[in-house]
This record gives sequence, C-alpha cells and structure tokens, in this order.
Amino acid sequence: MSRAGLHDASREEAAPLRTPAEAQSYLNDGNSLRSWLLTTDHKRIAILYLTSITGFFAIAATAAAMMRLNLLTPQGALLTAEGYNRAFTMHGVIMVWFFLIPSIPNVFGNFLIPLMIGARDMAFPRLNLASWYIFMAGGLFTLAALIFGGVDTGWTFYTPLSSTYANGNVVLALTAVFIAGWSSILTGINFIVTIHKLRAPGMTWGRLPLFVWTHYATALILVLATPVLTVTLLLVAAERLFGLGIFNPALGGDPLLFQHLFWFYSHPAVYIMVLPAMGVVSELVPAAAHKKLFGYWFVAYSSLAIALVGFLVWGHHMFVSGQSMYASTVFSFLSLVVAVPSAIKVYNWTATLYKGSIALNAAFLFAMGFIGLFVMGGLTGLMLALLAIDVHVHDTYFVVAHFHYIMVGGAVTAYLGAMHFWWPKMFGRMYNEVWGRISAVLVFIGFNVTFFPQFLLGYMGMPRRYHEYPPEFQTLHVLSTGGAGLLGLGYALPLIYLLYSLRHGEPASANPWKATGLEWTVPSPPPTHNFEDTPIVVREPYDYPLSHDSSIA
Amino acid sequence: MTTLRHEPFLDIARQREADRLGMVVFLASEAMLFGALVMGLLALRTFQPAPFAAASERLNLLAGSVNTAVLLTSSLLVAIGAEARALNRNRLATWMLGIAALLGIAFLIIKGREYYQEYGEGLMPGAGPYQDFGSPGARMFMDGYFVATGLHAFHVLVGVAMLAGCAWRLRRSDPPSKVGIENVGLYWHLVDVVWVFLFPILYLSR
Repeated sequence: MSRAGLHDASREEAAPLRTPAEAQSYLNDGNSLRSWLLTTDHKRIAILYLTSITGFFAIAATAAAMMRLNLLTPQGALLTAEGYNRAFTMHGVIMVWFFLIPSIPNVFGNFLIPLMIGARDMAFPRLNLASWYIFMAGGLFTLAALIFGGVDTGWTFYTPLSSTYANGNVVLALTAVFIAGWSSILTGINFIVTIHKLRAPGMTWGRLPLFVWTHYATALILVLATPVLTVTLLLVAAERLFGLGIFNPALGGDPLLFQHLFWFYSHPAVYIMVLPAMGVVSELVPAAAHKKLFGYWFVAYSSLAIALVGFLVWGHHMFVSGQSMYASTVFSFLSLVVAVPSAIKVYNWTATLYKGSIALNAAFLFAMGFIGLFVMGGLTGLMLALLAIDVHVHDTYFVVAHFHYIMVGGAVTAYLGAMHFWWPKMFGRMYNEVWGRISAVLVFIGFNVTFFPQFLLGYMGMPRRYHEYPPEFQTLHVLSTGGAGLLGLGYALPLIYLLYSLRHGEPASANPWKATGLEWTVPSPPPTHNFEDTPIVVREPYDYPLSHDSSIA
Repeated sequence: MTTLRHEPFLDIARQREADRLGMVVFLASEAMLFGALVMGLLALRTFQPAPFAAASERLNLLAGSVNTAVLLTSSLLVAIGAEARALNRNRLATWMLGIAALLGIAFLIIKGREYYQEYGEGLMPGAGPYQDFGSPGARMFMDGYFVATGLHAFHVLVGVAMLAGCAWRLRRSDPPSKVGIENVGLYWHLVDVVWVFLFPILYLSR
C-alpha cells in the first residue's frame, strides 16, 4: 500500500482545516444540533449510532472491568455477590442489545449499503431516523434500570428467577430490550427493502458486495427472530406485573418454555452479530490481497444458509434443561451443520489470500485477528454442540470463553476492522497507520490472554457467574484480568488516534486502499446525495487489480 | 399538496413497490410475534390435551363466532375500499373504510364484554372476585388466551386508528394512494388472519 497515513510530523502541520470534499460533504450539510437530530441522511444516522453505541460500549466495558478486578482474589476483591450479579447482568444486557446487535449493521450497514448499491439513501429514511430514536429510548430505560440499582438476573432473564424471585429493576430492563427490539425490526425492514428496490442499474444480485449479502441475511434474522423475543419479554413482564403464570410451575406454567422462546431469538441473535462481521471481512480480505474474492457465490449463499440453519439450533442451549434426548440429538446435529457454511467462508477468505500481494495495514490485521479468533470460537462451539462435552462444561467458563471468542473476538474485532477500513471514507481523514497496527496486535494478544485462560478454567470446572472461586484457580483468573487490561488498552487507543485524525489527519483520497466498490468512487467524505448521477454498474465485484483509482467495480 | 415522491427513489412506481414490500416484510415480523404464542399454545395442547379442552369449553363460543364474522366482514369492506380508491370513487372508499373501522370497534366491544364475563366467572388469572380454573393446565390456557387475544385486540385498536385515519384523509384534497390504502388493508387482513388462527385454537379445541 501507499505510505499515506504514516506518521509524518512535517506533513501533519500542513493538514488543512477543511478540504474541498469536506466542505461539500454530508458532514457540513448543516452544523446545528437540529440538523443532526432531525436528519434523514443515512450517513448522519450512522454517525448518530456510532456515537451512542460507543457510549454504551464504555458503560458495559466498565462493568466488565469491575468483574475482572473482583476476580483477582478468590474471595472477591471488589464487589459483593449481589453487586457482582448486577455487574455481569448490565455488562451482558448492554453489550448484547446496545452494542453488538446495532454495531456493524446500524453504523456501517447504514452508512455503506446505499453507497455500495448506488442509491441515494435507504428506502425509508424517516423510518431509519425513527429507529435510532427508538433505540435511544430503549437505551434510556437501560440506564434508568442501572441508575436505580441494576438487575441481577443475567442477560438471559431466565424464569422463574426473573419472573418470581429476582429483586431489582427487572421490568425496566425488560422494557429496554423490548423497545430496542422494535428498532432492530425497523432497521431490518429498511435493509431488506433497500437492497431489493434501490440497487443501481447493472447492480445485479451477483454483483452485490458480500457486505450487502451478509446484511441481507442479517436483516432476515432481525425481522423474523426479534418479534419472538418481544413477545417473550412481554410474557415475563406480564408475569411480574399482573401475576400471569405462563412460566411459573406453581401456577401450571412451564419455565422451560421461556428457554425455548428466548433461545429461539437469542441463538439467531449470535448470527445477527457475526454475519455482518463476516461481511466486513469479506470486503477487507480482497482489498488487502488485491485479489478477487475466492468463491463469491459460496460466500453469498453460505450467509443465507447460516441465517436459515441458525433458526433451528436453539435447543443446544438446553441440553441439561431436561429436554428430550431425541430433541437434544437433533439439535446437536443441526448445530454441527451450521458450522459448515461458516467454515466455507473461512476457507474462501484464506484461499483469497493465496498468492495475493497483501497489504499488511491496520484494517487487514484486524481482519486476520477476526479469522483467527472466530476459528477458535467456532471450533469450541463444535465441542459444545456435542452432547457429552456440553454436559461436562455447561454453564462453566468454557462457555463464557467460547461465546466471547465469537462475539468479542469475532464481532468486535471486525467492527474495529471496519472502522479502520472505512474511517477515511466516513470522515475524509487518514489516521495514524502505525498506531492502528499496534492496536490491532494489542487487541489480538489482549483478547487471547483474557479469554484463553477461561477455556482452561471452564474445563477444570469453574462455573460462570460466581463472584468467588477456589484458590487454585487464582493464577488463571489473574492472567485473565491482566489480559483484560491489555484488551482495554487496545480498545482505547483507536478512540484517541481516530479522533485525533479528524482534526490533524491527512486528507483521504476517494480511494485510499485501491479497493473496488461503489463507495470508493465518491469523494471522501461523500456528499449528501452520495452520487451526482446514478452509477451504472458494468463489472463484476472484486474485479482486482484496479485499472484506475476511480474505476467502477 | 405534499410531494408524492420521496428522495431516494427516482420514480414513483418503484417507491410504491418499496412501500408494499416494506409492509409485507413488517407483516412477516408480526406473524412471528403471534407465531411464538401459537406455538406455546400448541405445546400446551400437545402435553395437556384434557385441561386444554376443558378450559376451551368455558369460553363464550357465540361471542367468538360473532366476532369472527365481524372481522371477516370488515376485511371484505377494506378490500372493496382499496378497489374503489383505484377507480377514484373516493366517496365509496371513505364509506367502506369508515364502516370497517366501526366493525373493528364493535369487535373490541364484544371482546371487552367477553373479558368481563370471564372476570366474573373466575377465569381471569390473578384478577376477579375468585379464581376457578379447575386445573393448572386450564389456568395456563387462560394465561395464553388473555395474552394472545389481548395482543390481538391491541392490533385491532391500531388497525382501527389507521382505517379511520385513511377514511378521514380520503375526504381531503390529498387522499392516500391506492397502495397506501392497500398497505393499511394488508395490515388489517393480517389482524384478521391472526384471529382466524386464534379462533379455532382457542374456542374450537373443546
């Protein structure tokens, strides 16, 4: 790659306050708070999401830090048992519903889908803004639940704990997630309709960037799985408020029904988090290798396969909940099946790199981090899908480590990769490449030091959600907490150098990475209307090498 | 007159297609909302058929049947109203949608009376002068009954508001388009279809 973005003090001084592209961009189309809060521009809505979910991430990360600090000593160094329960509940609720689920779709999906398909905006711009307001309303309920003392049910809200026994602001937290669900559904509808109806002439399904394919699959899950969570939370709230007994065995109800309904949403929700991440990596890998993506249709259809099969595996969360052995066997088999399309993607990304001329930039390092961590998370997921192993490690740190490898190692790493790849497009400035690489490496190392010991702890029998533990586990817990410190540093660094680049970074060209895709044909940052004339697409996707910087994919 | 075509679309026909698709996808989402409840009731019936039938026996079949007829009729009127709008017979369309909305209100009144009756007979979980379910399974049936029909009634309420709004706007200078009315109609048909599933599951499983 070019040396653009490398630290160079002499040039940094010369960085202009405002480039011509910036002056005409969406960023300068009105500077008042009102122009941001009432915008219907998909790019500005993406920025609204970016700032709000960064805030939620910080809150949830603080809760995680408190947990890790507490676990430094066997008897619990910081929190009471009750406080620890509230910390991990808040960590889970906020990270899942207020960071991970909206992260890539609502920030990068919103920003990029219209640009990638050659449209001026999403199909329903006002609905798009409404979905941000709904999301923020849900966020306020979460903060209220937090400020009034928190919730101690765990993010899974299992009954009858959540419906009968738990104290704390369970209803507030349920309402928060309930409301955020509507935001998800509206976003999903917007994605599906936009991708169907607003593709530019010549942008056939076979020419869509895979980022768009994976978001299409994600949107299907958002639309079809979220309402099941909505109605489930409604039932729990009705049980707490009106004394209904659907999940209360004393009143004829069935607590297991809650688990069925909850995981019918929450397992596909894992794919809501990881499919967009796969879309990001499918863009980053060919751009870094300057090579056509290997097996386009396999990657595209495997996204749909994951979305489909992902709906049929929820019972693997319930192997020890007393469901029938036949049901468990079928769910176990289907859980192994869903690994196949995921593996296809990993093989295709790897094959794309083969004989490529690879640019080892920050975005690519994050993408590589994703592949490594996702493979670890996926393979341990296969172990957990096997009945015998699951019975042994159910509800231990092994499970905690497994899903953090997928959600944090996978989704968050890809989120940061996307941030580094599209930052110049979004804000028109190059960040410091060296710091970018440092933070990519820090995140990878910090993550492994944090969570690999948790696999070992889990296999040795450390149960999840305990605020104290036997002394022989201390070494691994201290190691894990130390890793969390590194990881936290890796997450904090981008906040600094990316914000710094806004003012001091070198102006970015329209296509700084020499990548294909319509978003790289418009100025950085893009003008409000994206394209002066509707583009006409005549070439296949990932048609590397580029003949010219601005040639259209 | 407000502009009909909105920003991201280059032509109005495509915008109308998008509006239609958006509504259909939303209805798929709504179907999953009720689908979860229906699956829960199905599980209950599979595992506890006798209490399920006993509880179903105690519902007011006459009221349920009348309500089915009321909703189906209003759906027919909405379909006629949308066609009338397509033929620019806006007055007819106003009448059709207005009467459909009134039928929706009639549905809610009948449903409300049913709830009151069940309240008096001790069939409302956690409320009423006394509780009389006969068995835990029957109580769970009534839980499911109230949640499913309550959620449905809420949808009826929203649908009535949308139909009345359409009827009102049809009298003004910028009436809603045919696709606009059809979209409201689609929503109303979904409310109808959900009832067509709930009615036999709840009332006829005796």
